[in-house]
Amino acid sequence: MAFNYDKYLRVNKMPTLWCWGCGDGVILKATIRAIEKMGWDMDTVCIVSGIGCSGRFSSYIDCNTVHTTHGRTVAYATGVKLAKPHAHVIVVAGDGDGLAIGGNHTIHGCRRNIDLNFILINNFIYGLTNSQTSPTTPRGMWTVSQKNGNIDPTFDACKLAIGAGASFVAREAMTDPKKLEKILVKGFSHKGFSFMDIFSNCHINLGRKNKMLSAMDNLKWIDSITLPVKKWEALSEEEQLNIFPTGVLREVEQEEYCDMYAEIQKAAKGERPKITQDDFKKKI
Amino acid sequence: MAREVISTGNELAAKAAVEAGARFFGGYPITPSSEIMHVSSDMLPKVGGTCIQMEDEIAGISAALGASMTGTKSYTATSGPGISLKAEQIGLAFIAEIPLVIFNVMRGGPSTGLPTRVSQADIGQAQYPTHGDYASITLCAGSLTECYTQSVRAFNLAEKYMTPVFMLLDETIGHMHGKADLPDIEEIEASIVDREKFHGEPADYKPYKAEMNKPAVLNPMFEGYRYHITGLHHGDEGFPTEDATQCEFNIERLVGKINTVHLENNGLDDLPDYEEVDLEDADVCIIAYGSIALAAYEAVKKLRSEGIKAGLFRPIMLWPSPINRLEEIGKKFENRIMVTELNMGQYSKEIERVIKRNDFTTLLKANGRPIAPAEMVAKVKEMI
Repeated sequence: MAFNYDKYLRVNKMPTLWCWGCGDGVILKATIRAIEKMGWDMDTVCIVSGIGCSGRFSSYIDCNTVHTTHGRTVAYATGVKLAKPHAHVIVVAGDGDGLAIGGNHTIHGCRRNIDLNFILINNFIYGLTNSQTSPTTPRGMWTVSQKNGNIDPTFDACKLAIGAGASFVAREAMTDPKKLEKILVKGFSHKGFSFMDIFSNCHINLGRKNKMLSAMDNLKWIDSITLPVKKWEALSEEEQLNIFPTGVLREVEQEEYCDMYAEIQKAAKGERPKITQDDFKKKI
Repeated sequence: MAREVISTGNELAAKAAVEAGARFFGGYPITPSSEIMHVSSDMLPKVGGTCIQMEDEIAGISAALGASMTGTKSYTATSGPGISLKAEQIGLAFIAEIPLVIFNVMRGGPSTGLPTRVSQADIGQAQYPTHGDYASITLCAGSLTECYTQSVRAFNLAEKYMTPVFMLLDETIGHMHGKADLPDIEEIEASIVDREKFHGEPADYKPYKAEMNKPAVLNPMFEGYRYHITGLHHGDEGFPTEDATQCEFNIERLVGKINTVHLENNGLDDLPDYEEVDLEDADVCIIAYGSIALAAYEAVKKLRSEGIKAGLFRPIMLWPSPINRLEEIGKKFENRIMVTELNMGQYSKEIERVIKRNDFTTLLKANGRPIAPAEMVAKVKEMI
């Protein structure tokens, strides 16, 4: 039987605002399938999005949804999750949203290891506002704000998340929806900050002057810059330079922030001793 | 039976938050407001609440707004530079109608200004902290006791009107240490206002379908009423719209639910918006608010002891301003009014607007120092 997306969608909001052939729709569907696999009651799910094409993501799924300001998704979601630790909170942000204007919140969400499911929809460009450079725009590409070519180094979002302390870090492209769904389920199942860097296409605004005028051209380019992590590890350092590993890049058990705050509450009520350095394996 | 406590303004503000039912603080350290966070970090977890120091001012208010969306009464505390940083999220709180109390313990500005010195120069900022059209509710504590009582009121107003509310302290009153008489906890608990909820069928729920001048009815998240919250203009169900009629209605309602209601009902609640001291038989009216009012009480006494019939008008709710009463005061005292404040005349301009005359006297100071009673006495003597 065909999968019933309508059960999860706000069908009266269809069609989406996204361009024809946009990868965001594939990520939306994969997210819905992953939610179904998780068996979550939609009353317990909250989706927080920011500004940009990805910002509209939250309005399409029938749950508790918040369309916040540019870059502040993780901060808003932190408040939601800390106030209601039993809720399932998904954060959806774009590459500009999550890595440029909101970079600070992304870092600290990872560092706290709060149980948020962070989906970075990474299409390498500011799509909604017509092709300005994003932190992940490859060097040398044309953008409307760098018409003579982008000279800014490209952010490896997963390296950032690992460095900042996220306990689950993965990358996948929307070119393989089945793999994407599996990664999302893994991330959703993980307790702690799940950082998922999802490559998506924007043939309209990344592709138009960078020789990827069709969705297919853009998808082929995404495939050409990604490789499953096992295969990627076999490459020489030089070969690795322009290829992003996909799959689970980090998965560790680590104290989760809401759990730790529950201990703070117990300590404040005198139900346990105050928290000291001895409570942590990794102290510094 | 009142409760007598020895405390500081900032500590009393935090105590008020917790006793008013707040269970979430999100903020970032900044002088001279930090003690509100310090005390909250101790008090909130004791009652099952959460206090989190976020990575910056923006994250502090964002987390507090996220928590408020779940129905948890929330607050943040900062001073002028922090308000500047939080401005965009304050805008979201206005348009999406998310209740929040924002404590601003005022210090000298602009920019880093005078971090450890007193000022009242954020009055204008409290009225229009962010871009766009909206109406702000701003309360200002004029005593240690009011750091508590007005803070409780701020939470109640935020819930009643579904809006961010500014609770202004200033460096002097925030750091002042002394005796305060607080109402009994039973009295406070009886006064608590909780946001309205929709109890019908989820399918019939339209969170933003509100009549003109009425607030939205936003059910807490995770209670079976799924809806959308956005900083974009939105229709009845909360989804984005650019419909001209709807957008016009939204703005008129946002402004009207505060300003029109305040004007029509002569207030936003049953509590006084101002205090008057010896004004009945006075020849001269001093207008002062915040910590400066403490000096004004002394000035009134001193002037009266010298045979000059002075009185004090002290606004407590600065925005919307007590227009009806100010108009009467303008008519009664004409130019025998002295407005004194720690800025270059931000509230004097409002008084000028309301009483429609500009021939009254001002005593202004913007150098980080308070105004002494003797300065007020001298100024009043000059004008009579």
